[in-house]
Amino acid sequence: MTGARSYVVDDREKGIFLLDREALVSADVLRGEMQTIFSKCWIYVGHGSELKRNGDFHTRKVAGRPVIFARDQKGQVRCHLNTCRHRGALVCTERKGNARRFNCVYHGWIYNNDGSMARVPGDEAYTEAFDKSTYGLKAPARFESYKDFWFMNLDADAQSLSDYLGEAKFYIDLVVDQSPSGEMEVLAGTQEYDVNANWKLMVENSVDDYHLPSTHSTWLNFMANSGVKVEPPKDPSLVLPTRGIAIDLGNGHFTTDNVNFRGRPVAAWIPIYGEEAKPEMDAIRAELVERLGAARATRVCDTNRNLVIFPNLVINDGSSVTIRTFFPDGPDRMHVTAWALGPVEESESARARRLDAFLTFYGPGGFATPDDVEALELVQQGLANYADDRWSEMSRGMGREGDQLNSDEHHLRTFWRHWDKMMTGARA
Amino acid sequence: MSVSTSLPADVAVTRAEVEDFLYHEAALLDDWRLKEWEALLADDATYYVPPNDDLEGDYKSTLYIISDDRERIHQRIIRVLDPNCHAEFPRSRLCRLVTNVRIMGVEGDLVTVAANFVCYRYRRYQREFVYVGSYRNVLRKTDEGFRIKERRVLLAAHELGQLGSVSFIL
Repeated sequence: MTGARSYVVDDREKGIFLLDREALVSADVLRGEMQTIFSKCWIYVGHGSELKRNGDFHTRKVAGRPVIFARDQKGQVRCHLNTCRHRGALVCTERKGNARRFNCVYHGWIYNNDGSMARVPGDEAYTEAFDKSTYGLKAPARFESYKDFWFMNLDADAQSLSDYLGEAKFYIDLVVDQSPSGEMEVLAGTQEYDVNANWKLMVENSVDDYHLPSTHSTWLNFMANSGVKVEPPKDPSLVLPTRGIAIDLGNGHFTTDNVNFRGRPVAAWIPIYGEEAKPEMDAIRAELVERLGAARATRVCDTNRNLVIFPNLVINDGSSVTIRTFFPDGPDRMHVTAWALGPVEESESARARRLDAFLTFYGPGGFATPDDVEALELVQQGLANYADDRWSEMSRGMGREGDQLNSDEHHLRTFWRHWDKMMTGARA
Repeated sequence: MSVSTSLPADVAVTRAEVEDFLYHEAALLDDWRLKEWEALLADDATYYVPPNDDLEGDYKSTLYIISDDRERIHQRIIRVLDPNCHAEFPRSRLCRLVTNVRIMGVEGDLVTVAANFVCYRYRRYQREFVYVGSYRNVLRKTDEGFRIKERRVLLAAHELGQLGSVSFIL
């Protein structure tokens, strides 16, 4: 175990913020994270729309725990620990499907999809002390949702999800407001890939707008070739063509918030979408203005946000809407899962446009994500030198008065300060 | 001009000539001769890599890994040849084995061809990635030889997992 020491140097007077690179390579730190962060925070499990019908289920690993994310016969969304109460085997081995019951293949114990015990074969062989009804599948201590985003918490004493999300709810609402009915859905097709880098590097990368011109010049080139000329900023203090800020949302959550320049399926047209898309996109915007008023519609349509819900949920609402979560698999590897999210009432053509826009930037075959993955892996490879080059530099923007820019590192510091507080506080 | 009600006669095609073509284009991809490979594409060519968990889904309603029309393939080639495509610089060394070639159907000048592949990708420091799956290619037979009308890559793995990215052309 590492000691209850801090991993950051946070000198606000001098305006210097440094991170001890041991935080990115140490197996002890990872053990500490599993015991404190992943066992105390609200961790994203899935979206209710993935469970359309009663009996639908997905199996996945959340914070290292195999779980069954399911909708029971009464329509209630559930999260079961995928482990038999008898000897511990997984009781559901399929990735997804529809089932009334989960059967353990080992000794045949059977559970209803609400988690309750259905059958123990040969239960006459047990004494009266064996109360079958208490042998339902276990669930995480807490399981709550906000706007159909479902989270679990392994700490029974945790604050409510609503309180935990706090100010971040405003930004989730901006995403959900894209739908006339307020209902968004996860689309078919899951992108699951490993990155050989510490999971916290993905937190940074998901919101770091400083790296865009250097890491993603081929994407900017593609945009230019497609008629989206991304002009260099006139204001020399900016890195990106439009102004954007980074906001500390409390509880370790943070977001970027910037004026759109790269097109949005709801509803800012760029040439990549094609001329034929214009009338429909105008109609989408008109619906927003009518429903939300001009100011709110502009907020939804013409601003982008890369939102991080501490510790490991990212909602990118820009050229498309992505939900991305990732879990450590060792200090130097993570497993990433990404989904596309869209309004339930979206037309076939708008849906196709959303998916195409997603792939222009995001995902393992996108024009940008593979280079992000490469950058993170280069960091991890370079960190083999950590003992002799100890500190990562994260002071960008510390001397800035007023709003912090999305191309500064204020939001990354927000993450690390909260992470450090949890890691050291847990051992105090 | 009269409207013909009869469909054009199906072209004659042998597995040997299909195999020759598949081996040739595989060599061009492995050797990063992507401009020459691009010349083998039909004007309406498409390139699809569906997600591992939904191989049959439609690209218009399913999140794919890659769903390129002809222009996007062209842009992809520009990108991956650019030294600023960090995921492929220094370039991976590629070696793909194409096998189990079957002609699945012929309709007019279009030939649907299935094949299995193993594509080894080596990055610096001897990192090795092995992509396994099958191709579903629709080839158009022309006077100049075959042209790729559709390339569909079905990955065998349940998830992309340790393969990480599809940052080159499969």
